[in-house]
Amino acid sequence: MTDIIDQLVGIAPGSRLDVLRRRRPDAREHAQRTHEALFVPSFELPAGRGVSDIGLEEVTQAERHAVAAFVAGLHRQEAVTALHAAALDPDLAKRIAVQAEEARTTGPYGRYREPELAGESVEGPRYRAEGIDGRLAAALEHAHLLVFRPREASPEALAELREAGWSFTGIVTLSQLVAFLTFQIRVATALGALA
Amino acid sequence: MKFTQDQLGWKPWIEPLAEDELTEEHREALVDRARAASPYFRLLARDPRVLHARTKTDNDIFHNADGGLPRAERELAATATSRSNGCVFCASVHARFASHYSKREHDVRRLLDEGVEAEQDARWRAIVDASVALTETPPRADVAALREQGLDDLAISDALHAAAFFNWANRLMLSLGEPDES
Repeated sequence: MTDIIDQLVGIAPGSRLDVLRRRRPDAREHAQRTHEALFVPSFELPAGRGVSDIGLEEVTQAERHAVAAFVAGLHRQEAVTALHAAALDPDLAKRIAVQAEEARTTGPYGRYREPELAGESVEGPRYRAEGIDGRLAAALEHAHLLVFRPREASPEALAELREAGWSFTGIVTLSQLVAFLTFQIRVATALGALA
Repeated sequence: MKFTQDQLGWKPWIEPLAEDELTEEHREALVDRARAASPYFRLLARDPRVLHARTKTDNDIFHNADGGLPRAERELAATATSRSNGCVFCASVHARFASHYSKREHDVRRLLDEGVEAEQDARWRAIVDASVALTETPPRADVAALREQGLDDLAISDALHAAAFFNWANRLMLSLGEPDES
């Protein structure tokens, strides 16, 4: 399938940026493999790649794209947002877009858990989802925490996900999904600046 | 606990897989099989395909020695990113690498103690600033100061990939557990 970062940045085969990316071939290939392991069902890909059936039971396809559209929206990344919104029911895509627009701010900020670093704590908004069902609402709230104030993460935040029905494995996948997108978006931003 | 170059432990807030639960797919996902001893990697092994791809990405960005930015400065970008996001554990590991490869332990210590604004020479200033700008949400990529310091496209790309990767790594380390002094 198309390399997503190439697609986002508009990198053509054989171009200067294509040659540059291929100097780090594993980084290029496995950024794409991570995208596939988070978003593309395995039956669409060669064996051993993509999201397994068990993975889809832990975090549904719609949940994956809904959280991704929200995270991309928080980053004001229209192309990434559109990629995931296109895979969602239009009504849900619209509700996610409204939530992302209302929740948008600038980061990183947050309170340090370490008392010795309290002097560096920076207060900022804490997002609460509206008009979204419980399990997905908890995921969006956690995604906002991870994007803007990761230093404020806590066992209590994971307990909220557990109460909303997230399994341990589901929490790992959700955390990877949000964290990976913050990488993918930044790589696209960086390569865009080198274009 | 403050930012430090001391060796820290890390304890998870949710259950990792037990070592004897690891299947061949899990062990392959660790890439380095000795990581089966680490609760962090056994936790991430709950989604083995993502862990495998994450680790291969990480290794190429930091260890690929075919030109580009010296390892010391890739580690500097990782440290500055971790300092900016507030990941004490990640900063401790990569500050040690930055110190080791650069032989500039005092400069690295100043980055940890005083923060990303602490004084550095012009080349490190450019790398720290570029890492911090890319770590903001929304991110900014400003390559002019890096070019002024003589970095070519591959070196700039390495610095920014290192910073981008630590946006990924910081968020996992910070949100799935905490540093442990013992």
